[in-house]
Amino acid sequence: MAADFATEAVDVVVVGAGPAGMSAATRAARAGLKTVLIDEQDAVGGQIYRAIGRADARRKEILGPDYAAGAAIADAFAASGARHLTNATVWQVTRERGVNYLKDGKIGSFDAQRVILASGALERPFPIPGWTLPGVLTAGAAQILLKSAGEVPAAPPVLAGCGPLLYLLGWQYVRAGVPIRALVDTTRHEDRWRAKRHMLSALRAWPFLSKGLQLIRTLRDAGVPIFEAADDLRVEASVGADRVERAAALHFTTQGKAHRLEADVILLHQGVVPNTQFTQALRAAHRWDDAQLCFTPQLDAWGELDVPGIFVAGDGAGIGGAQAAALQGTLAGLAVAAQLGALTAATRDAEAAAHRRALAGVMRIRPFLDSLYRPRDVNRIPGDETIVCRCEEVTAGELRKFVGLGCVGPNQAKSFGRCGMGPCQGRMCGLTVTEVIADARRVSPAEVGYYRIRPPIKPLTLGELAGE
Amino acid sequence: MLIEPDMTIRSTDTPAHTLFKPLPGAQGASAANVAIWFNDRPLSVPGGRSVAAALLAAGIARFRATPVSGAPRAPFCMMGACFECLVEIDGVPSRQACMVEVKAGMRIRSQEGARDLPPTNLADALQENVHGR
Repeated sequence: MAADFATEAVDVVVVGAGPAGMSAATRAARAGLKTVLIDEQDAVGGQIYRAIGRADARRKEILGPDYAAGAAIADAFAASGARHLTNATVWQVTRERGVNYLKDGKIGSFDAQRVILASGALERPFPIPGWTLPGVLTAGAAQILLKSAGEVPAAPPVLAGCGPLLYLLGWQYVRAGVPIRALVDTTRHEDRWRAKRHMLSALRAWPFLSKGLQLIRTLRDAGVPIFEAADDLRVEASVGADRVERAAALHFTTQGKAHRLEADVILLHQGVVPNTQFTQALRAAHRWDDAQLCFTPQLDAWGELDVPGIFVAGDGAGIGGAQAAALQGTLAGLAVAAQLGALTAATRDAEAAAHRRALAGVMRIRPFLDSLYRPRDVNRIPGDETIVCRCEEVTAGELRKFVGLGCVGPNQAKSFGRCGMGPCQGRMCGLTVTEVIADARRVSPAEVGYYRIRPPIKPLTLGELAGE
Repeated sequence: MLIEPDMTIRSTDTPAHTLFKPLPGAQGASAANVAIWFNDRPLSVPGGRSVAAALLAAGIARFRATPVSGAPRAPFCMMGACFECLVEIDGVPSRQACMVEVKAGMRIRSQEGARDLPPTNLADALQENVHGR
């Protein structure tokens, strides 16, 4: 029996309700376009402004002013007239701008004149021995628990890795009165020297730079032990009274000296990377970004892909942060409105000019941040014993063996050993697999390429697909 | 692989150590608890949050076992990307615990290996290779 659902024709579908998606939908709807914002969560905000509509004054105080700033974007969206489809998972976007989704176990479909993808970022894989153990989470996961559930580690956690989100989480825990066992920073002095050549542009973005320094100062002032230039990270396991094997301690070295910090919650982070599942599945052109160490879709000045009528805004186009995402979202909304005749090109360009200037301003800090918090090779291209593909439990050593047998890229790695074929569809291992293979073959990641991503982007059952 | 009874059914009365807890005095800390079932045992968990956040706060540290080696796994990303928090909810396997809001009366089971249904009783588990494929 054919699926029992109708395809709904709309002007614009925006996928993802973070700052980019909300801003894009707001601008398109304000131009009078029939606009739908579709998102997996029950409320707007994405990850960065998660639960912004429900947060009380105390939670906003803990999370800080950058989080609270999301309320204005959410309010503008709520007043825009755009429709918000919540708890809906998009599992396919076609090159013909069909958007297929799953909501409450039922599939639905939009036929859109234009599509704006704003699916944001994922945390970069941080493959170290023991990173699959219960109790090891990403710093982003811990922040989501804080934002959406007001939950914090029951015992002092270890925060390990590098990047603004790691320090921000520590700062938020300090403000919330949560004790931290230690901050284990993988940034090395040579990273600081390398980053200094971008100092001038960073200084022009002084508010961002001073904010970052203030985060770390807050941690020091609170007496959080900070270990710098940490190396050889691995998580020790133990079996608890409930007979569950779990994280028990983080081992690492600093300047050759071995350390062991006991903690049953270990929060890892080494930056975020674009979530390119949709753009990869669309077979849009991507390039390897050697500064951000990830693949990014190739876009024109308005965010349009080489797939006509499909745009990308926000971190999914390359990491720029929340403020950049909101500006890019508005630019994409303007472009779409002009393409569909809801705005003149002159109006679009006049309004875009200020947004482009603001975007250039907030992007000034990026070369400095990318250089300072460039994750070290050893933390991206792990030793043989480390699990790379969490779903199918494939180690870096097995991957290297595949390469020895003639495996040239991520797609062959699937047939050699199911690498990347689990339910996460490569989200947790894709970049690691590309870089491990590139390293083993001594070629560039661009030459190795990425997994061939196919719909459904999120798993759905045959019954759901059949509309049963 | 044989499923050990004490692996699938564990006491949830006194969690060994809870990984996460509601922040005292913070929003949501006083959210009413809801009664659910976890692996056939009654469990009181804080409401108004995802199944993953609720189970973590109730002292559950193992959400599933991997199909490959049976290794324990628990929430990792909390944003629907990693699929480590897969559980069975009300008979439907492979639900992402971090993406589903907890509701009173939910029957939740840890997902043991591949996504077929867990054994309905212990005797089956001891006699059959329930996940052999």
